[in-house]
Amino acid sequence: MTQFLQTLFDGVTVGCLYALIALGYTMVYGILKFINFAHSDVFALGVWMSITIAAWLGVGAADQPAPAWYMGALVLLGTMAFCGFVGFVIERVAYKPLRKAPRLNVLITAIGVSLLLQNIGQQKFAFGPYPKSMPKLLEGGALFTIADVQVRTSDVAVIGTALALMAALQFLIYRTKLGSAMRAVSFNTRNASLMGINVDRVISFTFVVGTMLAAAAGFLYGLKYEGQAKQTADSMWVMLGLKAFVAAVVGGIGNVRGAVLGGLLIGLIEFFGVAYVSSQFRDAYVFAILIVVLLFKPEGVLGRATVEKV
Amino acid sequence: MKPLTEQSRTMSPAAWTVLPRMAWPLLAGLGIAILMQFAVGPSVSGFTSQIMLIAGINIIMAVSLTVVNGFTGQFSMGHAGFMAVGGYVAATLTYYGSIKMFGTADFAGGTISWTGSGENPGSIVGKGDYLFVISCLVGGVVSAIAGYVVGLPSLRLRGDYLAIVTLGFGEIVRVLLQGTNPQIQPWKAQEAAEVPFYKLATMLGGPMGFNLLPTYTTLFWVYLFVVLTLIVCYRLKSSSSGRAFLSIREDEIASQAMGVDVTKYKVRAFVLASFFAGVAGGLYAMSIGAINAGDLGFQKSFDIIIMVVLGGMGSISGATVAAVVLTILPEFLRDPPPVWPLGLAFLVAVVLAQAVRKHWNIRTLAGIAVGTAILEGARLYCVSRGIDIASFRLILYALLLIAMMLLRPQGLLGVREVWELFGHRRPNPNPSPDPKPDAAPPSKGTSKATGNPTSKGGAS
Amino acid sequence: MNLIARTAATLMVGFGLALSGCGKNENGGSTPAANKPAETPAAASSEIIIGHYASLTGSEATFGISTDNGIKMAVEEQNKAGGINGKQIKLVTLDNQGKPQETQTVVTRLIEEQKVVALLGEVASSRSLAGAPIAQRKGVPMISPSSTNPDVTAVGDMISRVCFIDPFQGFVGAKFAAENLKLKRGATLYNRAQAYSSGLNTNFKEAFTKLGGEIVSEQAYSDGDNDFSAQLTAIRGQNPDFIYVPGYYTEVVNIARQARKLGLSVPLIGGDGWDSEELKNAGDALNNCYFSNHYSQEDTRPEVQEFVKKYQQQYDGKVPDGLAALGYDAARLLFNAMGRATSLSGKDLAKAINETKNFAGVTGNISIDANRNPTKDAVVLEVVNGQPKYKATIKP
Repeated sequence: MTQFLQTLFDGVTVGCLYALIALGYTMVYGILKFINFAHSDVFALGVWMSITIAAWLGVGAADQPAPAWYMGALVLLGTMAFCGFVGFVIERVAYKPLRKAPRLNVLITAIGVSLLLQNIGQQKFAFGPYPKSMPKLLEGGALFTIADVQVRTSDVAVIGTALALMAALQFLIYRTKLGSAMRAVSFNTRNASLMGINVDRVISFTFVVGTMLAAAAGFLYGLKYEGQAKQTADSMWVMLGLKAFVAAVVGGIGNVRGAVLGGLLIGLIEFFGVAYVSSQFRDAYVFAILIVVLLFKPEGVLGRATVEKV
Repeated sequence: MKPLTEQSRTMSPAAWTVLPRMAWPLLAGLGIAILMQFAVGPSVSGFTSQIMLIAGINIIMAVSLTVVNGFTGQFSMGHAGFMAVGGYVAATLTYYGSIKMFGTADFAGGTISWTGSGENPGSIVGKGDYLFVISCLVGGVVSAIAGYVVGLPSLRLRGDYLAIVTLGFGEIVRVLLQGTNPQIQPWKAQEAAEVPFYKLATMLGGPMGFNLLPTYTTLFWVYLFVVLTLIVCYRLKSSSSGRAFLSIREDEIASQAMGVDVTKYKVRAFVLASFFAGVAGGLYAMSIGAINAGDLGFQKSFDIIIMVVLGGMGSISGATVAAVVLTILPEFLRDPPPVWPLGLAFLVAVVLAQAVRKHWNIRTLAGIAVGTAILEGARLYCVSRGIDIASFRLILYALLLIAMMLLRPQGLLGVREVWELFGHRRPNPNPSPDPKPDAAPPSKGTSKATGNPTSKGGAS
Repeated sequence: MNLIARTAATLMVGFGLALSGCGKNENGGSTPAANKPAETPAAASSEIIIGHYASLTGSEATFGISTDNGIKMAVEEQNKAGGINGKQIKLVTLDNQGKPQETQTVVTRLIEEQKVVALLGEVASSRSLAGAPIAQRKGVPMISPSSTNPDVTAVGDMISRVCFIDPFQGFVGAKFAAENLKLKRGATLYNRAQAYSSGLNTNFKEAFTKLGGEIVSEQAYSDGDNDFSAQLTAIRGQNPDFIYVPGYYTEVVNIARQARKLGLSVPLIGGDGWDSEELKNAGDALNNCYFSNHYSQEDTRPEVQEFVKKYQQQYDGKVPDGLAALGYDAARLLFNAMGRATSLSGKDLAKAINETKNFAGVTGNISIDANRNPTKDAVVLEVVNGQPKYKATIKP
């Protein structure tokens, strides 16, 4: 029972991280119809940037007492701002000129951007090849224990921040003018431009929002796995990104709520698979679920089947 | 007007030419392969021939992926997964097969697969060669079956689902192969000979990779298969199947309305591509004498997609050239020689090409000139300051990739083949995809790209 | 149809590019490691070229960089001391991005283009196994600094190494746990996608059960996993006395921290993959944990103290890890053998390397045995606040 509850809790925590990353994939796909392969690298950039900013703000290592709570918020905001800017530059330089080109080309550019971020990140003048640990932003250990399940401070912070960001996104998309513009563009680009929406600006904005969510996920990841972050060219970042992408597809690609649901689902499946079946084939569970979902409900759990127009 | 049947009878070639017409591609392939093995191979250094070997395998991979990504406009992201399937099957058959049949895992081929070390076997073809070729072909067939199983359900769907499913397939293959048992080493051949074959098939080295395989892959075998792949794919392009492929790429709904069985043709293209990928996997495993599932993950698939797109979607010769260039480029960037001679040559070639076609595009020329100048400047700066350029080569590679896509989104050749670039424009046997009424010809502008063959964006 | 012409034209364009590309490299002859402009072939004969292939970029970049640092230091020292028989040594290091396929290209390039007389490399056994058959075929001696899988040297008489092998290291971990710490119930957590980790895991299990211990839980993870809580929760359920974690330091720090958070306070025991200055990231999470290693920086032998001092001088005060020490030893053993060899041809050099007896290296006295593996002691280090401290020496 304890193991079940602990696994459930851990699965939900990691699921929240997947969900945040998946949101970025799904928003870009919904509006630009291409898979942004550089997204996982923006996520890695978020992890490393928050480590850098925290160290720059003078936050101490593991044996020091944790600083006031607003330091964490400061690091989060700084990371989101920086990555948002990087996302803006990427979109402007690498994707915007290809707006009318076949999607495969944009995909190759995305792979190019991904390689670029990875390889710059591991240079000595950037973050370097050695792993680093996140400065101590929170007191470690368990916040409280229910029925032998450890509820850790970092996990509470992860779930809380992720939920707050998702709520903010929900508000942005469904309650603001900009949000309706985003939905309109994703529904039909040409009609949206006929209605007087500045499509280019909306696309840029969507891209930046997705990037900032990935940056926030990076910060939370650093908070949860504060021990060591591997260098940016490590294959683990791409793998994490792929899982998040799978989450977006399982939930229904292009669907914002689906991405959240998919993220939680993938997190839970991964953790229960490891805990109860075997830890041997962790990645295989995720991709097997993907194939099962695509076979039986190809549009994803919450996705709507597209109607073919001629 | 004579009846159609009679007309076709008079136009069809004489019956006795059937055999030579069927045989000549094989003969041509054999000729080129022999040329490569016995004339080109010995006259270049061992490293150059190694690069040519890898380039050949990459050509097979890129050209076969062109059939799926370029012809039918589908999007497969797990091509390396099929390479892994074929490679492991071929490696298992060759390695454990030689142990079972010859008692040792040593090389048992003839001169055509002799890599130039150890004793020259004397005979031209050895018993090991038959085993090797059959293993590669079986690897291809198994890979094609895997392609059928993966392709049939996902190709019924529209959109990017094939991409996602093939990506998942590739990763599952990798995880499963890394979970296999340790292999039985060549020096324990006696032990292995007593283990039943179905058990041996699970001893593939796991995370260590399947190592110490006999090396049969020489320039001969690689280029034999390269030529076969090229001929099959080229002929396919102008066959009735090929036209069906191209029509699916242009407009799936319209081609369905015209009576094309869309799923059937998509699956056919996919299975064919998987077959060649499997054969390439076998060649790859027996060229380096090792195959490692960790090497054949999605990154390898991306490398091949890059070749296809860079060559121009649907251009066989484009994919070929791109495969060769992208095999050399990373090696080239390890120790960059002066860039300007190459840049100048490239500039002159483009100027000539544009002069012949009377299409002047100053932006491309300026792009090449500026790019060359920047690269050369950066190189000179690094050399003068004693900075190790090799550590920046992957950054440079990424930048070149992005620049290439921005400056020439239609790829090196667009949809044309090399020989269509020069001389008078021969009547194009293939329905070129660019005559979309509102799209500019591909050579004209860089920002005004060709139509959008794969996308079904909101404008439909 | 002029299909033949077309096929031929396409191929010719390709090969034109291929040949022009490769041809340039041959004539250039300059090397990335030396950073010198092109030099004349005449200069090449007055120096001895040795090659090193390593992962300088990619996931395992730090391993290659450490080893390369150690090798570079040995080369500089030897050149300052007059080289070998009056000839200077030139080191060419090529990056394989941590990929077996790249390794093959790189090794071929070193042998064919640079004409190296000997090869050093690799850290990872899977990549050594990709390079070793080529070195063996071409008759170029290769010394692996730190590939611990037994198969590597079994490839042939050209291949040798300066580190101990997996079965011994597994035995060291098991013996230390069973006899020094007197622990009975062990659990293991290893990386199933990594040859090093899964090999060590198998050897440890074998040795530990032979010594009378019991493995109560065996859990695995994969490359890129950073969350071990599911596996650790499962291990916690079995109440082991210790956990054997044969991973790399990049994973161990997170494993330790997550284990402590879950309330698992038993010792972790590991192998030489832990050895890195970055272990300090663990803070106090790795206290009361041990790992087997090739050498201890606290060793009072003059070779060790001098090496540590010089390394810190040269590389901004960085403490040399085991990989740097092994790289240094591999290069020095090679130079020693070059001095003894009757000629620098592959056969003679390999013979001299294989005849090495009692070579005083930083990582202990190295004698190469009949299987071209060294016989030497291993040390067990205890981690105290992220710093490794000498704990015990285990003899073969």
